Amino acid sequence: MAALGLMLALMLVVANRSLYVYEDPRIDQVEDLLPKANCGACGEAGCRTFAELLVKGEVDPGKCTVNAKATNQLIADFLGVSLGNTEKRVARLACAGGAHVAYIRASYGGISSCRAAALVNGGGKGCSWGCLGMGDCVEVCQFGALSLDEHGLPVVDEDKCTACGDCVTVCPKDLFSIQPVSHRLWVACKSLDAGDEVEHHCAVACTACGRCVQDSPEGLIEIRDNLAVVDYTKNALASKVAIERCPTGAIVWLESDGSVTKGRDARKVVRKAPLPMA
Amino acid sequence: MALFSIFPRRKTFDHGIYPVEHKELTADKPIRRLPFAPELVIPLEQHKGKPAIPTVRVGQEVVRGEPIAEADGHVSVPMHAPATGVISDIALAPTAAGPKALAIYLKVYQAASQRVLFGLERDLATLSREALVAAVQQAGLVGLGGAAFPSHVKLMPPAGRTIETVLVNGCECEPYLTCDHRIMLEQTESLVRGIELVLRATGAERAIIGVEDNKLDAVEHLRRQLPAHLPITAEAVRTKYPQGAERMLITSLTGREVPIGGLPADVGVAVYNVGTLAQMGELLPKGQGLIERVVTVSGPGVERPGNFMVPVGTPVRFLLEQVGLKDSYGEVILGGPMMGMAVASLDVAVTKAVSGVVVLEREDLDLAERKVYPCIKCGACVEACPISLNPSVLGELAQVREYAAMAEHYHLDQCFECGCCAYVCPSNIPLTQYFRIAKAINREDK
Repeated sequence: MAALGLMLALMLVVANRSLYVYEDPRIDQVEDLLPKANCGACGEAGCRTFAELLVKGEVDPGKCTVNAKATNQLIADFLGVSLGNTEKRVARLACAGGAHVAYIRASYGGISSCRAAALVNGGGKGCSWGCLGMGDCVEVCQFGALSLDEHGLPVVDEDKCTACGDCVTVCPKDLFSIQPVSHRLWVACKSLDAGDEVEHHCAVACTACGRCVQDSPEGLIEIRDNLAVVDYTKNALASKVAIERCPTGAIVWLESDGSVTKGRDARKVVRKAPLPMA
Repeated sequence: MALFSIFPRRKTFDHGIYPVEHKELTADKPIRRLPFAPELVIPLEQHKGKPAIPTVRVGQEVVRGEPIAEADGHVSVPMHAPATGVISDIALAPTAAGPKALAIYLKVYQAASQRVLFGLERDLATLSREALVAAVQQAGLVGLGGAAFPSHVKLMPPAGRTIETVLVNGCECEPYLTCDHRIMLEQTESLVRGIELVLRATGAERAIIGVEDNKLDAVEHLRRQLPAHLPITAEAVRTKYPQGAERMLITSLTGREVPIGGLPADVGVAVYNVGTLAQMGELLPKGQGLIERVVTVSGPGVERPGNFMVPVGTPVRFLLEQVGLKDSYGEVILGGPMMGMAVASLDVAVTKAVSGVVVLEREDLDLAERKVYPCIKCGACVEACPISLNPSVLGELAQVREYAAMAEHYHLDQCFECGCCAYVCPSNIPLTQYFRIAKAINREDK
């Protein structure tokens, strides 16, 4: 019996030597400094994978948007690399059709979830592209950065948003996208309906009139399929001039304090109560 | 023996439910035609598979029956102009599925004839099997029972499989709907011709028409009309929902069970709806395309319910104006009330998949009283599920969003959303809706 024990022990010793996997001890240390939310905002499968790539030097610590900047600086100092691209990115909603400006055409009575409503003929909203306002995104946000305003439209708290992209995935209408905060010029509409039809559904929709295109530098904005689209590669040219003559206020300027500035000519919305069913 | 004939043991499947039928509203109403709608909206994606590609320009004049869009590949079918008129636009239009999709807008010349002017008569007896399958695709035929799966794909079983029995689905188990009932009574000749064509194309030995025993007049009528030289029989099955589901009907009539993840061809069976075969028998000899279908317009919300021959692309609003929509209407459902889709806009058009338009009144909905209570584990849903899933557990998993586990451990993918579980649930849990969400999310995650 003792011989058998000795033999097995010997096998373990040999196995330990020959099958040993060397792992950089720095990976564990870096991982400890990461938030362990496994949110995927960096584009990797989780914090562990991100830590491995950090140690290999293939990514910059600044790509973790959840960590405080100081913690990312700690990782950078520890690995002896630069912090890298640190421009904050946030989720942005391409719809402004709250209950006070967007008509509903049928009342939906099923499970209170946007995804469920979207499966029943696209939900009850008049606009097929618009926000259904049942807050699936608010529910999915791990960081408490989303809340519904009094008109049932989600609002992003830019300080809390980590650009993890959970809201982008959950929204059945694909209204969220992750944008660098410097993208201040914003088209808050996704409707591809023609101008006269879109106004039947929503008071703040893009009618594709093209005034923003005329007022902005060449190529910054174009009208594509009845919708104004901003080319953010030319973001440096963007200014508030583009929003001034928008008749509905679909194109807006997002201020750094979180408020939204509409153009001078934008239709004034005074209504507070939800619209009746069309 | 006498006792047995009083209580005939009809063939059937296990589980299932017995919803109120409401078929008396339209069962004796012959199929009628309506005037053309001023404008038809023909979605390019009316079938499973790839959308059709338009072959017409805006401003072009087309004649009733002329092809206006071609099939994109094998699992796709062409479209034909449902009326004589001019193409006014090719643009986005609301669909029953939700997101707007491309459609051909056709402005109809009023006073245009209802006769189909396009088409080339041909002798089908000389066609080879392949040519027959190609002809079925050219005719734009899809399953008219509601699934809208291109018919010609089912005619060609996967390699190594042979089709030995063709089942003709005349069950029509959905409440309110009577279009298949009327087709069996009024279009018997076309139906028989269609079955004959499918028997030839698939090389099957026999065909069985399965009809629920609430339509015994149709069974009697078919038995009288069926020619003796063809291996076609008509059989009554028990009136029970969802008898008309493909898998259930196979089990009822042949005793075979389609394996999980398998096709009916795996057990040597192909199932066709009676409406599909009646159209096949009608259109193929004339070389025409599918441009209209029988639609039951029924429910307490309409004044003059009936069965109508409706051109594809007719807006639901126009259809309901013709039959008289009561002001008290609450919900409009395309298809039957069990599996159909409620629409949020009456501008949605009738497509090849729409077998009925059911209008419920506002007071029928009593949304306020439909409070959802917690699951009491009574097991009613387990008793009801025709494919023996456990909707109770599935529902609890859905509430905590364990969608992957639902598919992995509880066979969510097998659920065909018949709605039996939600129908019987005493706690009003919207189980089927939960499963629809779960399946949609699982599809996205793949």
